[in-house]
Amino acid sequence: MANQSRRNFLKTSALIGAGLTGVSSKPAKAAPNNILDENRMGVLVDTTVCIGCRKCEWACKTAHNLSAQSIESYNDRSVFKNMRRPDDKTLTVVNEYAAKGDDQFPVDVKVQCMHCDKPACVSACIVGAFSKEKNGSVIWNGDRCIGCRYCMVACPFQVPAFEYGKAIQPEVRKCDFCFDRTKDGKLPACVEICPMEVLTYGRREELIDLAHQKISLYPDRYVNNVYGEHEVGGTSWLYLAGRDFHELQFPKLGTNPAPGVSEAIQHGIFAYFVPPIALYALFGGVMWLNKNRKQDEHKEANHE
Amino acid sequence: MSEFIKPTPMPRKYFTPTVIFLSVIALVGIIFVFARLIFGIGTVTNLSNQYPWGIWIGIDVAAGVALAAGGFTTAALGHIMHKEEYHLITRPALLTAMLGYTFVAMSVAIDLGRYYYIWHPLIMWNGTSVLFEVGICVMIYLTVLYIEFLPIVTERFIGRVNLPGLLKKYNNSVDKFLRALDRGLDKTMFIFIIAGVVLSCLHQSSLGTLMVIAGPKMHPLWQTPILPLLFLLSAISVGLPMVIFESVLTSRSFDLKPETPILAGLGRMIAPILFIYLSFKIGDMVIRQTFVYLTEFNTASVMFVIELVLGIIVPLRLFMSPQIQRSPLGLSIASFLVIFGVFLNRLNNFIVAYTPPYQFTPYFPSVGEIFVTAGFIAIEVLLFRAFVMIFPIVSVPQIPAVHKTKFSIRGAK
Repeated sequence: MANQSRRNFLKTSALIGAGLTGVSSKPAKAAPNNILDENRMGVLVDTTVCIGCRKCEWACKTAHNLSAQSIESYNDRSVFKNMRRPDDKTLTVVNEYAAKGDDQFPVDVKVQCMHCDKPACVSACIVGAFSKEKNGSVIWNGDRCIGCRYCMVACPFQVPAFEYGKAIQPEVRKCDFCFDRTKDGKLPACVEICPMEVLTYGRREELIDLAHQKISLYPDRYVNNVYGEHEVGGTSWLYLAGRDFHELQFPKLGTNPAPGVSEAIQHGIFAYFVPPIALYALFGGVMWLNKNRKQDEHKEANHE
Repeated sequence: MSEFIKPTPMPRKYFTPTVIFLSVIALVGIIFVFARLIFGIGTVTNLSNQYPWGIWIGIDVAAGVALAAGGFTTAALGHIMHKEEYHLITRPALLTAMLGYTFVAMSVAIDLGRYYYIWHPLIMWNGTSVLFEVGICVMIYLTVLYIEFLPIVTERFIGRVNLPGLLKKYNNSVDKFLRALDRGLDKTMFIFIIAGVVLSCLHQSSLGTLMVIAGPKMHPLWQTPILPLLFLLSAISVGLPMVIFESVLTSRSFDLKPETPILAGLGRMIAPILFIYLSFKIGDMVIRQTFVYLTEFNTASVMFVIELVLGIIVPLRLFMSPQIQRSPLGLSIASFLVIFGVFLNRLNNFIVAYTPPYQFTPYFPSVGEIFVTAGFIAIEVLLFRAFVMIFPIVSVPQIPAVHKTKFSIRGAK
């Protein structure tokens, strides 16, 4: 931890130095450790196994000190009547989609932050309060956040939630991949509690292999698609399903990283600060020329 | 050289029925601001996890920045292009921009969940964030605007410093300080003027980039990679109409004759800019083939058509007509349409086009949000009136003018 803060300190001071000398071309690099580690972890969610017991919801609340009701109350299946979304008090929810035919089962889908490999929230955050950590988690740093909610505008999965009810220190809340637990070698709370082994925690690369193995072993059980493998440049959480993902209300997204175009534009406009400085020089030149021209005209007018 | 037209404070009675009406709106707005500060954003607004941004960002900030574009367009015209005949419109435009950006900053502040951390971006940088760039540019530009306004303050008080009571003995030194300040500013002002124009070009365009990251959450009629260019072009095209509209309003409010020849000159410049903006907007629509969405009948398509036809095409036609250019009423109607068009464009981009993937209740601004927005606009108008009365902003004929070709303004020699 001490090492970590020292590195941050060095980065910050390097950045300030660069900023002062005016050569800082990409302060972007100073944003928190947004490294894509090849050993980053992920979770494979097999929605064909989930029974909708909602134990993961209970475990998540308990692990994050959010007021959870008794574990028995989570057996109540009436909540499935309406589609629910994660919010500031519930970081993960399970939704149920009715069975299609008589011979099929309803499908239960756990929803939480996807922990993108190239997260839009990390790119968008005005103060760099989000970071993609080495182990794959995308986490939020409450000390920096100013509550602008641009992360919520940016997120393609509509995940970050804001504490609208609080006037002081409202937080942006979302699944943090149990960063504090995994740090100590523990499993994420939802993975640990799941009685049906719906959730497999492991290296993302291996999970992708596993997912494709499952698909090729049981081609009748799964659609031939791992949601999250390529969506918005890849996500740490991956899904298998027996139905088209869009029927299960997964957003239809391309394979380009979510922040892609906006970062390209941004870096185009500010490429090494050349365009702004060139613009300044251009305006200065035009101003000087016009001023001289006017003065010459005045002189000529006076001569006449 | 005798001075014919010169910026002068306008000593009038401050309170009129309109002013009292605006004050009431302002007061209600302020009450809602306090409610927001005490009870939180959720109590006062209809914002939700689906719609994180409402009219405080869409109107107060996005449209506010665009409609304050008169400041940098007239600075570019009057100072950089050095068209001296337009110097007399730079001051009202500068005041509008200064007040406009001040309220943009205040709107951002009350919309921030943690408004007391508004200074964080100054030391916590994230270069990939478009919002960071907009924030920093707006902060610097606001400072530049205050600096650009300083000569008007020194002009008002040099030789007229009259401090009350015990402070009286400092009158002389304050006067000296003002004179020194004025001399210093006079020599360095060009730096700030150019900086102001550059900063404006940067953040006006980046305000467009802001919504690019929302990707598929934004309706394809508006979501385009050239959003920054469209935002810059629309900001430039709304700058002069804003100046014309304000000038006509101010003339009416203070019983002055409208500066028709100058306004006509401005009016002639608007059509070409609007035409360029229109071509890019239509070109973008053709290239991305988004016109297919116009065959649907829904809020998005209707709003887009209104924005395009009433906000760009109709005023473009109006500004091309010589009769319109000669009449203050025609000019102000055409200008109003451009203002309305750009206002609607910002509202569309930030709110109408925003369609979250999981939508439970559509967003419509709450009473509180509307009153805060209306209140801020009212306060701006009230402050504008007060500033125009106190400071030399509006140019009026000093003696019956014989020939109106020469204008003299301090610092513009």
